[in-house]
Amino acid sequence: MQALDRKLFRDLWRIKGQALAISMVIAVGVLMLIAYRSNFDSLQSTRDVYYERQRFGHVFATLKRAPLVLGNRISAIPGVAQAETRVVFDVALDVEGLAEPATGRLVSIPERQREIVNDVVLVHGRYIEPGRSDEVILSKGFADANRLRPGDTVGAILNGRRRDLEIVGVGLSPEYVYTIRAGEMIPDNTRFGVFWMGRRALAAAFDMEGGFNDVSLLLRPGAQEERVIQELDDLLRPYGGWGAIPRDLQLSHWSVQNELNGIRVAGVIIPMVFLGVAAFLLHVVLHRIVSVQREQIATLKALGYPQLSIALHYTYWALAISLTGTVIGTVCGALLGRGMLSMYNDFFRFPVLDYRLDPVVVAGAVVLGIFAAVFGARASVRRAVRLQPAEAMRPEPPARYSASLVERLGLRRLLSQPARIILRNIERQPVRSAITIGGIALSLAVLIVGMFAVDSLDLMMDMQFRVAQRQDLQLTFTEPISPDGIYSLERLPGVMLAEPVLSVPVRLRSGQRSRQLSITGLPNSPQLFRVIDVETLSPADLSHDGVVLAERLADVLDVRPGDSITAEVLIGNRSVREIAVASTVRQHMGLAAYMNIDSVRRLLHHDKTLSGGYLTVDSQALPELFKAIKETPAIAGSGLKAAALKSFQETFAANLGIMIFFNVLFASIIAFGVVYNAARVSLAERSRELASLRVMGFTRQEISAILLGELGILALLALPLGLLLGYVMTSQLIKAMETELYALPFSVVPSTYALCALTVLGATVVSGLIVRRKLDHLDLLEVLKAKE
Amino acid sequence: MTASIPDPARQAGAPDRLDGGEVVFEAKDVTKRYDMGEVAVNALRGVNLSLRASEFIVLLGPSGSGKSTLLNILGGLDVPTSGAVTYRGRDLSGADDATRTAYRRNNVGFVFQFYNLIPSLTARENVALVTEIVRDPMPPQEALRIVGLGDRMNHFPAQLSGGEQQRVAIARAISKRPEVLLCDEPTGALDISTGVVVLEAIERINRELGTATAVITHNAAVASIADRVVQLSDGLIVADRSNPVKTAARDLTW
Repeated sequence: MQALDRKLFRDLWRIKGQALAISMVIAVGVLMLIAYRSNFDSLQSTRDVYYERQRFGHVFATLKRAPLVLGNRISAIPGVAQAETRVVFDVALDVEGLAEPATGRLVSIPERQREIVNDVVLVHGRYIEPGRSDEVILSKGFADANRLRPGDTVGAILNGRRRDLEIVGVGLSPEYVYTIRAGEMIPDNTRFGVFWMGRRALAAAFDMEGGFNDVSLLLRPGAQEERVIQELDDLLRPYGGWGAIPRDLQLSHWSVQNELNGIRVAGVIIPMVFLGVAAFLLHVVLHRIVSVQREQIATLKALGYPQLSIALHYTYWALAISLTGTVIGTVCGALLGRGMLSMYNDFFRFPVLDYRLDPVVVAGAVVLGIFAAVFGARASVRRAVRLQPAEAMRPEPPARYSASLVERLGLRRLLSQPARIILRNIERQPVRSAITIGGIALSLAVLIVGMFAVDSLDLMMDMQFRVAQRQDLQLTFTEPISPDGIYSLERLPGVMLAEPVLSVPVRLRSGQRSRQLSITGLPNSPQLFRVIDVETLSPADLSHDGVVLAERLADVLDVRPGDSITAEVLIGNRSVREIAVASTVRQHMGLAAYMNIDSVRRLLHHDKTLSGGYLTVDSQALPELFKAIKETPAIAGSGLKAAALKSFQETFAANLGIMIFFNVLFASIIAFGVVYNAARVSLAERSRELASLRVMGFTRQEISAILLGELGILALLALPLGLLLGYVMTSQLIKAMETELYALPFSVVPSTYALCALTVLGATVVSGLIVRRKLDHLDLLEVLKAKE
Repeated sequence: MTASIPDPARQAGAPDRLDGGEVVFEAKDVTKRYDMGEVAVNALRGVNLSLRASEFIVLLGPSGSGKSTLLNILGGLDVPTSGAVTYRGRDLSGADDATRTAYRRNNVGFVFQFYNLIPSLTARENVALVTEIVRDPMPPQEALRIVGLGDRMNHFPAQLSGGEQQRVAIARAISKRPEVLLCDEPTGALDISTGVVVLEAIERINRELGTATAVITHNAAVASIADRVVQLSDGLIVADRSNPVKTAARDLTW
């Protein structure tokens, strides 16, 4: 080993505490990069392989009913590789041991197994056998949640008749990686499951023999998706086609894609913050090292060491610290990444979700670590190189000070000498003070960014389930019935209030822009399902003929209140009408349109005009009510608000705790790294000054107050900045993650701000106390002997 | 060991500082041993010394002779390995850190070779640093006037020459009206003319305020301004003599 390298190791060992504090900041940055990026890669590659192997469709369409022969014409559309016509129905289920009714989506599959679009992967059991009409393959999420196994049966109401479906297999499909019912916020594995059933048996139960009501297309490479969709729509229109959608809008795929986008964004921003802070810390520490080693540098130069050796020597300092952090971060990142991926198993259903850490990602982390080191070392290395040996042999001239701003403002007389020392020091080194303030502020901001999701989700849930929706239960009929149906809902046991709803699929169009969705028809002033603006909290007025649009939908269609839009009804008589946009409401999610229920009825020209109802019920009577619902064939599905909330909390609560733990840990590491280094550098620079004070008779408390008081002031200055930075970063993150259907509300409650600020102050205090212990061991004699 | 020799240099009518002065410090059989890894250094090997009120002594000796160690022990910066040190009858050798801190704060004025000023405070503020924490100090301005810096009070250390900085350090040391002033090589970093100005200040304080003063130096020429010269070598006092004639600092040459 060369002498210069020995010097490096020994010097580094002497500042090991500081070096490790910086390494840890780098480690967290690398860890985040590795964890997020490996999850992104793992999810994406798993998904792509899965889609490919199971022939996940590119285009999806539902319709009322078309004859099977139409399938041939669909297959003939240029670009279509395979067209899969299916029979799909949602039915009410009666699961043993589950009081409340669940919904099953019955999807037809061929009696004899062949390669189909959206092919099912069997996890347990076997494929259905031809001729055994009650056999089904059940989706794994529902099977797990309700502890159902092959051999068990589930009761279902098929077209008004109760059947016992026999589970022969448990499976997964690329179509239901994220298994959620349209219009719901949260996957509820207990109450929503997919059942794959023989085509013949399913068609027979719903009078769909010789026909289909759903089609998925697999396209050839290079096919023009938009043209295929257009031709498919043209073919399906006479048969009640609702309009085809591309894979990008398929609910499950869209959800997975959203998550992938989210972790890609987070996997860039968060590591950058950490590595940036680390670079600044390296700058501060190396600046100090080069100052202390002035004479050593001069000696080395006098001895004939070339500039390059000197430059490399100080660059290696930074690299050693950075690479230590990179190694720790890579190992921990791989471990955490694996754990994070297993969390995704709760949300996304893949046959196997293999953890994959691409060496390229690790290489990227190393490169970023090196970059942070070089960036941080740059200024100090330049200083070391430029140092003139003759000049460097002399001690550095004493630092220049002047009265601080506070004193110049006329407050000097109020300040004790120690207070003046603190203020003048902060002011004399504005860059370093700014780095300390910035670093602490960033740690606070990172914490807020990490924590806001909790409050944001809380607000969303609160708006959705407590402010806007006051019903206990939502019922949906298999198909629209007459308005009198509301009375039959009111007569169900335990029902206190029933409110009608008429949901109609439409295509809303304004100029070239259009979207396909359901218009929700509600009473003039609904008491249960209320249309509430999340900003003003006031309910929208529905006592007119116009349509009330969610603000995001109005933006998508580029319309304002007072404009008119074209509504094309996608069922029944398929009438096309111009309707006025009455107002817009701000909502957190969904592209929703609301109208007075009578206006929707006129739009429909149809007497069967009730698609469901919202109910409040007496909780005592719930079991009886559930029993009645299960026995009512016309009811296709029900949504129990309390159950949805409970399911949400069960799924998210555990993960949330883990997330908060890591957020606090990582933010504390930044705060600790910043404050500890600032304190150590101050201590090193000023040990002489502080020792002089001790010699003069100042107590340990008094000199600690000078050193730590400075840090305390910087930390306090950092808090408002950190809150502001947290606010800005959070709103940027929300913007980056915002989609057409969805925008997280910005919400951080004061207690969260307080918790974040206290965490950061806590880390500050801890690092301060560690340095304080060093102060207690200040060698008074040593510092007085030597000159600076 | 204290000699009761009349001081010929003493001015007529001045109080009898040598004979009548109360003993301020008393060091008995003081040893100090530093363990430096495998090597032990015996910095003091049994020193006996006393210092009386108003007395001006010079501790003379080559580097490594133990004079700084002795001064640090007297000043409460360090404790002896064995032996006893008393300050006005109070034991210093076994005192804990808090007691020694209070002792330094209230009774001792220190001056060091490298000034040890706080760079972020002006001359006046450096002095005020001390006057704010002790009982009955003199105003900082007065301390600075005594050392001849009445017109440079608002300068920061970086704006002062070495001699001026050292005089600020002296002003800071005396502003608490200490009973003893301990100076470790106060002129070590200064040239002759500046050193003389600093010594004049110390001399004047001893004379006018009656502060017992001990000055460390390796410069034999400086010794002639003291009442008494104590010579150390290799951890032992090898000579302790009174100056028959005190030279005024301004007449020094070296």
